[in-house]
Amino acid sequence: MDKIIQQEAHNLSGQCHQGAMVRFSGFRVFAEAIRGHKGWRPLWRNPDPQPGYDYVIVGGGGHGLATAYYLATTFKKARIAVLEKGWLGSGNIGRNTTIIRSNYLLPGNEPFYEFSMKLWEGLEQEFNFNAMISQRGILNLCHTDAQRDAYRRRGNAMLLAGADAELLDSAQVRAMYPFLNFDDARFPIKGGLLQRRGGTARHDGVAWGYARGADMAGVDLIQNCEVTGFRMENGRVLGVETSRGYIGAGKVGVAVAGSSSRVMAGAGMRLPIESHVLQAFVSEGLKPTIDGVITFGAGHFYISQSDKGGLVFGGDPDGYNSYAQRGNLPMIEDVAESGMALMPMIGRARLLRAWGGIMDMSMDGSPIIDRTPVEGLYLNAGWCYGGFKATPASGYAFAHLLATGNPHETARAYRLDRFARGYVIDEKGVGAQPNLH
Amino acid sequence: MTRLTGGLIDRSRSLGFTFDGRSLTGHPGDTLASALLANGVRLMGRSFKYHRPRGPVGAGSEEPNALVELRSGARQEPNTRATVAELYDGLEAHSQNRIGSLRFDLLAVNDLMSPFFAAGFYYKTFMWPRAFWEKLYEPAIRRAAGLGSLSMQPDPDAYDKGFLHCDLLVIGGGASGLAAALTAARAGARVILADEDFRLGGRLLAETHPLDDAPATDWIARTEAELAALPNLRILRRTTVFGAFDHGIYGAVERIADHLPDPGRQVRQTLWRITARRAVLAAGAIERHIPFQNNDRPGIMLAGAMRAYANRWAVSPAQRVAIFTNNDDGHRTALDLAAKGVQIAAVIDPREGVRAQGDYPVIAGVVGNAKGRLGLTKIEVATRNGSRWIDCGALGVSGGWNPNVHLASHHRGRPVWDEGLQAFLPPKDGPKGLICAGAVTGQGSTGAALRSGAQAAIATLADLGITAHAPDLPRAEDAAQNLHPLWHVPGKGRAWVDFQNDVTVKDIKLAHQENMRPVEHLKRWTTLGMATDQGKTANVTALAVMSELTGKPIPETGTTIFRPPYSGVSLSVLGGGDTGAHFRPRRLTPTHASATAQGAVFTEAGPWMRAQYFPRSGETHWRETVNREVLATRKGVGICDVTTLGKIDVQGADADEFLNRVYANAMASLKVGMVRYGLMLREDGTAWDDGTCARLAETHYVVTTTTANAGPVYRHMEFARQCLWPELDVHLISTTDAWAQIAVAGPNARRLLERIVDGFDLSNAAFPFMACASLTICGGLRARLFRISFSGELAYEVAVPARYGHALMARLIEKGADLGVTPYGTEALGVMRIEKGHAAGNELNGQTTAQMLGLGRMVSTKKDSIGAVMSRREGLAAERRLLVGLQPVDVGDPVVAGAHLFTEGAPQGTDTDQGWITSACHSPHLGHAIGLGFLENGAARMGEVIVAANPLAGQSVRMRVVSPHFIDPDGGRLRD
Amino acid sequence: MLIPHPLLGLRDAQEFTYLGDAALLDRPDPADADAFADYVYLRDNPAGVHRELWFHEQGDRSWLVVTRDTVTHEILGAELARDVKLKGGAA
Repeated sequence: MDKIIQQEAHNLSGQCHQGAMVRFSGFRVFAEAIRGHKGWRPLWRNPDPQPGYDYVIVGGGGHGLATAYYLATTFKKARIAVLEKGWLGSGNIGRNTTIIRSNYLLPGNEPFYEFSMKLWEGLEQEFNFNAMISQRGILNLCHTDAQRDAYRRRGNAMLLAGADAELLDSAQVRAMYPFLNFDDARFPIKGGLLQRRGGTARHDGVAWGYARGADMAGVDLIQNCEVTGFRMENGRVLGVETSRGYIGAGKVGVAVAGSSSRVMAGAGMRLPIESHVLQAFVSEGLKPTIDGVITFGAGHFYISQSDKGGLVFGGDPDGYNSYAQRGNLPMIEDVAESGMALMPMIGRARLLRAWGGIMDMSMDGSPIIDRTPVEGLYLNAGWCYGGFKATPASGYAFAHLLATGNPHETARAYRLDRFARGYVIDEKGVGAQPNLH
Repeated sequence: MTRLTGGLIDRSRSLGFTFDGRSLTGHPGDTLASALLANGVRLMGRSFKYHRPRGPVGAGSEEPNALVELRSGARQEPNTRATVAELYDGLEAHSQNRIGSLRFDLLAVNDLMSPFFAAGFYYKTFMWPRAFWEKLYEPAIRRAAGLGSLSMQPDPDAYDKGFLHCDLLVIGGGASGLAAALTAARAGARVILADEDFRLGGRLLAETHPLDDAPATDWIARTEAELAALPNLRILRRTTVFGAFDHGIYGAVERIADHLPDPGRQVRQTLWRITARRAVLAAGAIERHIPFQNNDRPGIMLAGAMRAYANRWAVSPAQRVAIFTNNDDGHRTALDLAAKGVQIAAVIDPREGVRAQGDYPVIAGVVGNAKGRLGLTKIEVATRNGSRWIDCGALGVSGGWNPNVHLASHHRGRPVWDEGLQAFLPPKDGPKGLICAGAVTGQGSTGAALRSGAQAAIATLADLGITAHAPDLPRAEDAAQNLHPLWHVPGKGRAWVDFQNDVTVKDIKLAHQENMRPVEHLKRWTTLGMATDQGKTANVTALAVMSELTGKPIPETGTTIFRPPYSGVSLSVLGGGDTGAHFRPRRLTPTHASATAQGAVFTEAGPWMRAQYFPRSGETHWRETVNREVLATRKGVGICDVTTLGKIDVQGADADEFLNRVYANAMASLKVGMVRYGLMLREDGTAWDDGTCARLAETHYVVTTTTANAGPVYRHMEFARQCLWPELDVHLISTTDAWAQIAVAGPNARRLLERIVDGFDLSNAAFPFMACASLTICGGLRARLFRISFSGELAYEVAVPARYGHALMARLIEKGADLGVTPYGTEALGVMRIEKGHAAGNELNGQTTAQMLGLGRMVSTKKDSIGAVMSRREGLAAERRLLVGLQPVDVGDPVVAGAHLFTEGAPQGTDTDQGWITSACHSPHLGHAIGLGFLENGAARMGEVIVAANPLAGQSVRMRVVSPHFIDPDGGRLRD
Repeated sequence: MLIPHPLLGLRDAQEFTYLGDAALLDRPDPADADAFADYVYLRDNPAGVHRELWFHEQGDRSWLVVTRDTVTHEILGAELARDVKLKGGAA
């Protein structure tokens, strides 16, 4: 025991070289079971910050970790650090409804999300971590003819971008999910847009897979290190001030979701973003009830069932600016009401836990992956409450931008100046009001 | 049978119930768990991962083990805690999470495989081959996972919601809660006392200490009687306050009928939103166990729970029991059970020099192991002199008490570690207005709890200016716990920390070894605290174990906070009664009854139900009906209820200037007695809503909005009026509900209307296209008439006070019989507007601009208006997609909305996309399908053949680009 | 949440519709297109005291400027937006 702790202390101090990590496999699990799990090593080191790095990623959530991972692996960069104010994966990747999909309408979005979906599809084998990516399908229900027309337009846009889509009629939906409310509904189900490749992933597993992969590739993952400001000179960023001292940086990439406005204020920027609270919910564990992901089209409600058996569901953000990471009762009721209207058979299930995350709600509902007016400072933000599914592509595209100076081909539309210039990407068509996106 | 004497059960009556089909009996006052124990049943469930046999570990709502499926059929309720399920006659319960019987669960094989299922194992395997995850591994995991099951039938019971208000909400009806409620109620404050149990008294019910030399139940009864008689206090029994929300709002669920065999017609549960000026949290404490090898055997439970079963429910889980405790409280269990004739095998206590407080053997040592897979048979006791096995059928364990700080941390305040008490106390920054009393604050003795409840009420009411005085509180015990921390018993084998999720000390060690050390990583890696008790029984112990491993003190290792709800809340009650057809209000138009009488088929239009079409006998397809309605309108006259359009009355000296600013086009120049089409932009320059603007008088306009935007446009106009230009003299009122409005369209529209107006000159000269007037019809009924057309025909809209809408419709049908007047619905309305090329919701979808709609010149450059500046941005100015008409080259081909447009012969992909079809219909007028769509550079492409691709259906149709005005492009019909 | 309506007293927030930062009161001069883009799209989005617009949709249809802490949700005050604007706007 003591020996193990010593070994770990050594490993965790940051001296551990690449390759000391354990490759995960069923065989390895078997072998470790036999020998009492003595061989497992830390998933990542706890290095102290170096005085400077070529690339400093601010934010150790899903997007930041993925960025560091792809910078170090795909783009072969070195001297990379991720600075996280809390624990790795403590942002919205640690609390979301785990849905992955690429069912967008607009040309600025759909190719990007389909790129993300393709990355999801090979992710676990790539980073050697089972993130339980499960393509059990996502079905968006429609309840009016106009909604069906809009879904047809969207489904066709998906197919044209190389994604998969099927438009189901009411009978096909019924065959798939007979327990939905077909007979007594205020807004009858007229059909649905199905993406079979959509589904869910184990959110923490994604963060850990990227973190472990990045660490193995030499990235310093520094926890409990809050960025408090930027050091700048002549319009160029030199490094970041942190709760653990100054850290120099060649380039700084900020991926801090709901904290974007706060962090970027340190560089004198105001953003087209408001921070809002979104609640999500999980029921007590249940035997298999709902196979895929279902979204309601006549009230905002989306649901899936985790592999552990909990119904995982959510709805709209509470609707007001908030940094509180908690919401209020009216939205809990609204979500439950929608759920009961759509699938009245869940009534006897119990809500186990509600939680709230801070969403970086952008002014058009679409993200920003771009350079900023400050040279060397880059921004990845504005994911609203759909950032989880984007994690791989967001990381990849941000790494591409940081490494090459050019936007990734699927992320060219995510410019910071699109608002002033009039090239917004507004999937819902609700305009510059973040809480409606 | 293991019934003891005494207890708070009614032995005069027996209640029959079944568990897994076996018929058993209990008494009123029993819970399912106490009744099962009384019948000698210790095995009640299976754990989540290893499917280990389990009995109850506690006696309250935090119970992690004894979960059952209660009831059957559509009322089947999974994961019900047997420890709080009130026994009723005919209760039916089934064990859950098993394949086979509870005793021989096939999935118990997982337990044998446990070495492979260590913390985080699933993140490390099941990755190859890739396809096997969804096809093989995951389905198997999903089948094995989960706890109870849903019936998959709609919940048949009724639910309700309500609001309550009070000065003081007291959460918990134990010693401190009763003292607080009594203090506050006597002072005249409006008080709500909520307790989750079916009997007030809390922990007092489980103890034998006297209050003022009498049984505690005497004092409870007296207090309850006094409280019940006070008009300013309301007692909510069987009510769980599950969440503390902002500004003193608490969520609570009252279980009204869960203890009845059948709720009958009454509500099963009510969701209360309680607005409390102040609240006292008196939720007590939850005992913690001490992990040792095989500490999860059925029959091993918390010592306090064992005492509760004996004292309140007169039952012991076995005839011979042992106690393992690190504090004096465990000895009470030994004393109380011994007093009831239960044999105490031993009290095992690791503290130095500890002595028995009664006639039972004490062993200085720890419990290191237990045997008895389906029910405890013996424990291994380790002392300084070695270890030995002791026979016993049950073991009570006490590792101290954790204050029940749950609600106090709902605002994300961090609980504070108290080294002296070895416990986390409520956070300093808890919900505003909430203070804690009794065991929540670490004051565990009965006397301290009583005093702190009264003091809390006095202090918090003083904030409200209410003076309260401490009541005469009964004399009560004030014993100290004398706890010596012991967080787990080191040793081989598995020692359970989180029972339900099967998290053991080994798993925590592994998490530490793998650097999953921050408490949130620990929880997520091991699933600690993710069970139905939300970690109430496990988290603090796990933190202590992690603290040992890291060498850091417990508060530095981390704290955990709790989130709502306190305990599971049914989705039915959160959803309330508004389900199914009642999910949202259903708004009916003034002519709904008339349309119903004529056999209309209705459709949802936002909150409204509108007539979609009016089938007649002999018509076999909806399109046949719609064609008839369209042609009858275009050739004769049709009538349609258009009440659902939003209507806003705009009045004031500056009404003209105001409308000039909110519409993109000029409205101030509109002449009195005329109507103008109006286009509204959002401030971001995008087209938002359209309608008509009628000037009834110099300072009086009536504007209309689309049905969908009636509310938002009104809100937006009030924003403009109050927030942007409060200096303007203008007032707004929504009159959507005040006026019924009926469109009268077709060449015979004038002839029909002439028959109902009161001497009003409808001639083209007197009342031309786009005229409006206030007038009377039908012999004195005030009305408004607008000569506007959505169909492209000679048309009017006539508005009357809403209560006359039905009569007006009847009158028009009666007077127009010889003209062939035809009611038409939203389908025909839609066909006619597509034929005419009018934009509707599919075109005005919030993503399109005035320019795209062909209305670019309407955005006045001579004045400022909302959205004008931003509509001139580069990206919007560069927009070349334009609304065009589309008709199939082969007239038999279908036209579908949602198809994408491509240059003929071009590859089809995102980059080559040229636009899309927004609306499509069969045009009875033209005899083939037509569509509207936005097409790249559409203005220059009239006559070009393009391709409409609908890959969802494998369709690709050649279309000719035409004007969107399929009917009467120069508007002659409108102006006749 | 409860909103202290200056005319009606404490009202449940469910009666209101939220818009956003009260800076929306300060509509810029239409001649300044850059200022307009900032007005429409950029926000301070503070973690702390925030002045924001709520519409009493299910009530008296007043627009209010509510001062609320976005970290604690504590409400520090509420005024009629009309009064705020007439006194010179949000800035």
